[in-house]
Amino acid sequence: MEKFEKWTGLVAPIDHSNVDTDAIIPKQFLRSIHRTGFGPNLFDEWRYLDHGAPGKDNSKRPLNPKFVLNNKRYQGASILLARENFGCGSSREHAVWALEEYGFRVIISPSFADIFYNNCFKNGVLALVLDAQTIDGLFKDIAATPGYSLTVDLAAQTVTTPGGASFTFKVDEFRKHCLLNGLDDIGLTLQHAADIMAYEKRRRTEAPWLFPA
Amino acid sequence: MAGKTLYDKIWDAHVVRSEAGGTTLLYIDRHLVHEVTSAQAFDGLRLAGRSPWRVDAALAVADHNVPTTDRSQGIDDPVSRAQVEALDKNCAEFGIIEFDMADVRQGIVHVIGPEQGATLPGMTVVCGDSHTSTHGAFGALAFGIGTSEVEHVLATQCLIQKKANNMLIDVDGETPMGITAKDIVLAIIGKIGTAGGTGCTLEFGGQAIRALSMEGRMTVCNMSIEAGARAGLIGVDQTTVEYVRGRPFAPKGKLWEQAIAAWQDLRSDADAKFDRVVHIDAATIKPQVTWGTSPQMVAPIDGRIPDPGAEADPIKREWMERALKYMDLPPGTGITEIKLDKVFIGSCTNGRIEDLRAAADVVRGRKVAANIKLAMVVPGSGLVKRQAEDEGLDQVFKKAGFEWREPGCSMCLGMNADQLGPGERCASTSNRNFEGRQGKGGRTHLVSPAMAAAAAIAGHFVDVREWH
Repeated sequence: MEKFEKWTGLVAPIDHSNVDTDAIIPKQFLRSIHRTGFGPNLFDEWRYLDHGAPGKDNSKRPLNPKFVLNNKRYQGASILLARENFGCGSSREHAVWALEEYGFRVIISPSFADIFYNNCFKNGVLALVLDAQTIDGLFKDIAATPGYSLTVDLAAQTVTTPGGASFTFKVDEFRKHCLLNGLDDIGLTLQHAADIMAYEKRRRTEAPWLFPA
Repeated sequence: MAGKTLYDKIWDAHVVRSEAGGTTLLYIDRHLVHEVTSAQAFDGLRLAGRSPWRVDAALAVADHNVPTTDRSQGIDDPVSRAQVEALDKNCAEFGIIEFDMADVRQGIVHVIGPEQGATLPGMTVVCGDSHTSTHGAFGALAFGIGTSEVEHVLATQCLIQKKANNMLIDVDGETPMGITAKDIVLAIIGKIGTAGGTGCTLEFGGQAIRALSMEGRMTVCNMSIEAGARAGLIGVDQTTVEYVRGRPFAPKGKLWEQAIAAWQDLRSDADAKFDRVVHIDAATIKPQVTWGTSPQMVAPIDGRIPDPGAEADPIKREWMERALKYMDLPPGTGITEIKLDKVFIGSCTNGRIEDLRAAADVVRGRKVAANIKLAMVVPGSGLVKRQAEDEGLDQVFKKAGFEWREPGCSMCLGMNADQLGPGERCASTSNRNFEGRQGKGGRTHLVSPAMAAAAAIAGHFVDVREWH
């Protein structure tokens, strides 16, 4: 996983609440057995006017001019700002893969759905919670200021605006540690293999029906 | 000291180690695997040169992407075929039990786990699918995970977790005639909202929940995730034990006796402390129909489409306006005035034998309305299908004009050929009415199996209570 320390980037606003993972990456793209290739189909049904399918040449498809990510001023955005309950619905990690491949390293929302939030941290994407009022202010500032960017400092847990205003955010210490160092958590868990084996030995006695021969 | 909740008990029994700050290594007893979220995890294992920690804890099946029409010739679509074949190959390579597409035991992963007795009370159960919450009906801590976590479980049999809050949904009183588990859970989501359970493990209790069959309890727990909760639980009682008894993967003989003795403790203590409690009076629940693009957007059958103009919160108002535009429904429309194009009965929410019986009871001796282009029944598993055929339910559906299909996820998410066309309106027994969920531009209304069946006959929504 790529390390995440400090990031400055252009912010794109998706001004909707409850953006679900079906909208982030529609089901037809989940048939892929690869971990890459989802970026061009991020928000496919909002982004294009025609119906997307795996294998279709996305560069030839008609873009929806009303969709915010197609707006010229948000090209190259790497921070996504959204309303509450972002990423609700399905557990598909493809949603995070699509966002990450498109170029988003940070997603800012007043709240995230649990599984999506977890999936972000497994892929070097920082899901960052700010209060709804602060976010409301950011939406207004972005609308008023072309080229609006934010700086996110994970170690300091701050978000800084171009005007120099700074907001702090909370993040679980373990997730922060893994993200800052780009750690593979399977490797971390396997360092505790002896504990897992000891647990299994005890459970075989306590609940032997869970360990059929 | 306060007593423990059921969630506390299962959690405590599965802690391998915990760190300061609450980060916990949690042991996983059962890992259910399907084709859509596993291929990249198996690739990850191979890439890192790792092997599965404990293959006998895994059970695999292809469900999301399989055709529901004749499968004897395999899958036509090359992309879908490659994904299902990848699962077959990965299971063969690593020695994981898989029910392949030709196996009568094949079906939706959340139907076959319980059906096989692979889901047991007190277990931790995970799967790369958000509707894993279904298995909580057995007093098992069951939740959906992403593909990175699928790989983590394969490699370590554990997950790194932090404990969620405890939230009790107490559905008290007697459920009126004609009201099903689906109506109960939609009413709950309507009350607490689609993010109402975020950060929590739900426990469903009260007289109305106790009175449900295991099928009904699975329907309720299945939709915990639609209320934002990764897991939903119901305490173990005699109904649970009787369902599990004798199933292929369930313990036998002395182990069975030992297991059922231990399972008696799988309920919240009387003095357990919940972080949040919500009460719902079952007697007030009516048949539910969703009208928008979130399961929270739900109304009783005698209700009307709400007016976003009356909503004070501008963010909620925008959400409602957007939903109604997508659904093409003007505020004030009566729910019973909504005409339909398609009807789908199936899914991990409502594809079990009891659901098919309820739908067949409504359909028997009647005909699907002329305006319905397609009414289809997709059993949740090969065994559900066989049971239904033994009871003659397939004939009831076919005579009425329904299509009778092979098991799978089907039109719940439309990954296979079963989809809505743009603008088509569907009464569906599934769990999500998101934009484009059943096909780009498709409009989904979530209902119970009996309500879907009645809508197929009438061509629009009707109050199924008047049909009994």
